Amino acid sequence: MPSDRIDIRHVARLARLALTNEEIATFGPQLGDLMAHVDDLAQLDTQDVAATAQVVPSRNVQRADGLRPETMVSHDAALANAPQRQGPFFRVPRIIAEEG
Amino acid sequence: MDPVKDSARAIAREVNARAVSATEVAERLIPHVERVDGQLGAYLQLTPDLMRAHARRVDERVAAGERLPLAGVPVALKDNMCLTGTRTTAGSKILENFVAPYTATAVQRLLDAGALPIGKTNLDEFAMGSSGENSAFGATRNPYDLDRVPGGSSAGSAASVGGFTATLSLGSDTGGSIREPAAFCNVVGFKPTYGRVSRYGLIAFASSLDQIGPFARTVEDAALAYDVIAGKDPLDATSVDREVEATAGDLRDDLRGVRVGIVKEFGLGELDAASRACYEAAYADLERLGAELVEVALPTAKYGLATYYLIAPAECSSNLARFDGVRYGLRVDGSDVGEMYERTRAAGFGAEVKRRILIGTYALSSGYYDAYYLKAQKARTRIAEDFARAFERCDVIAAPAAASPAFRFNAKNDPVTMYLMDYYTIPGSLAGLPSLSVPCGAAVPEDGTRSMPMGLQLTSPLFTERALLGVAHAYERATMHAEKLTPPETCNT
Repeated sequence: MPSDRIDIRHVARLARLALTNEEIATFGPQLGDLMAHVDDLAQLDTQDVAATAQVVPSRNVQRADGLRPETMVSHDAALANAPQRQGPFFRVPRIIAEEG
Repeated sequence: MDPVKDSARAIAREVNARAVSATEVAERLIPHVERVDGQLGAYLQLTPDLMRAHARRVDERVAAGERLPLAGVPVALKDNMCLTGTRTTAGSKILENFVAPYTATAVQRLLDAGALPIGKTNLDEFAMGSSGENSAFGATRNPYDLDRVPGGSSAGSAASVGGFTATLSLGSDTGGSIREPAAFCNVVGFKPTYGRVSRYGLIAFASSLDQIGPFARTVEDAALAYDVIAGKDPLDATSVDREVEATAGDLRDDLRGVRVGIVKEFGLGELDAASRACYEAAYADLERLGAELVEVALPTAKYGLATYYLIAPAECSSNLARFDGVRYGLRVDGSDVGEMYERTRAAGFGAEVKRRILIGTYALSSGYYDAYYLKAQKARTRIAEDFARAFERCDVIAAPAAASPAFRFNAKNDPVTMYLMDYYTIPGSLAGLPSLSVPCGAAVPEDGTRSMPMGLQLTSPLFTERALLGVAHAYERATMHAEKLTPPETCNT
């Protein structure tokens, strides 16, 4: 497993995480150490073994398609933690570029 | 009656009998906690007004003839659980000012049962850590030695109960975050079977592993809290629809006929001498009390750590994607929305959270998914199968809850060294098994002179909480280890 070649800048971009140069310098070797441990897993035979996503048997759960007042909050409550709001909306920076 | 030192069971009995009011309990607890929590730092926030309001409601209900299983019992809540109208931070700057708009089901069930919320407890940021040191809001100290960590990630939930500033608390356990701090703080910490307790309102870390459970000073009290919080919740699709057997009040007192598995691969040889001696004595005690010790094999357990450090970070990288500065939490502006995400997350998350997001993102990224994440999920299957085979030969498995007693602050600066603290708790988490830590004596740490608490981990098959608590109860009543340690100064009223 190619864990010695983590392109940390690429992974940070995927994770939407701006890293400082100091963080890149520290995290790189730390992640390398951890991945070296993780590489031990290659020794475990998992041929013909099914993957476990969840250990306890579960099945799809459906409920009646109706309102559940106990799980509903008002507009104001839902927006109370918003960093920026505008009327009944969350306000965010422009997402779509203006036409030139 | 002493609301600081008494058990939950005793407090509830007195309040239900109207020998003392819930309001009196609250009025005794509040000044005590306000006075001593400065030393411990178990709480991020105290909620005295809310505690008084709940106390009044409990007194009204009891006066109207209701009997409540947790009438007037002071409880502390790990600050990754929502409680309407209170700040809920998960120990992270990114949620520093987040006020919960709803209440977690487990918390609601405690309150409905008559418990009184004292406050929200400190934790490793987003429950990622084994010492409490990853909190963005300062250190929680071990009540038995203020120079040592309380364990983590449920640092304040363990320290408050161990330090007598709460009677019960809730924590969450993903890879050992209830059991390890319970061991360090001389309390019982119980992680039920995955899915037994609703995760609704618990801020997610790794959804296939996270489980809420109680801390208490006795097994009986842990059982009392478990009975209240366990059970199907329509608001959590992964909560299990299966009858919950009541456990409290009827736990066994002896270990005759109980087969206790000792894991061959968990040899005590790698532990420090004092820890080894403590666990050897604990195993001998189990045998002396009538249990039959059986050697069992968990040959894949040594892959637990590697498996966990792929699965948990992968799930965390996905779960924590929601913290983007749009709907709640911190926002740091940028020239466009992408830059806003990156700067918000850079400023809001601490180092350990960033590391795990990076590991998880890498493990899930194109080209590596099969080699890492899928491989780990298959390893998980093998680990669970090993446990199932072991349980053909025994009823519970006994093991250390942690590799050592509580260590000093800053003693484990290297992430992998810290991860190794959870070596014994992680395999059971991956298999979803119910597991607890019960005080089993004390050991002098290698870097100290004062005895520190130790915890014995007991793990049992899926959904056998009652049997597990019974074994722990019998062991606790026969040994009474928790009470042999000199209580921490913070218990003095």
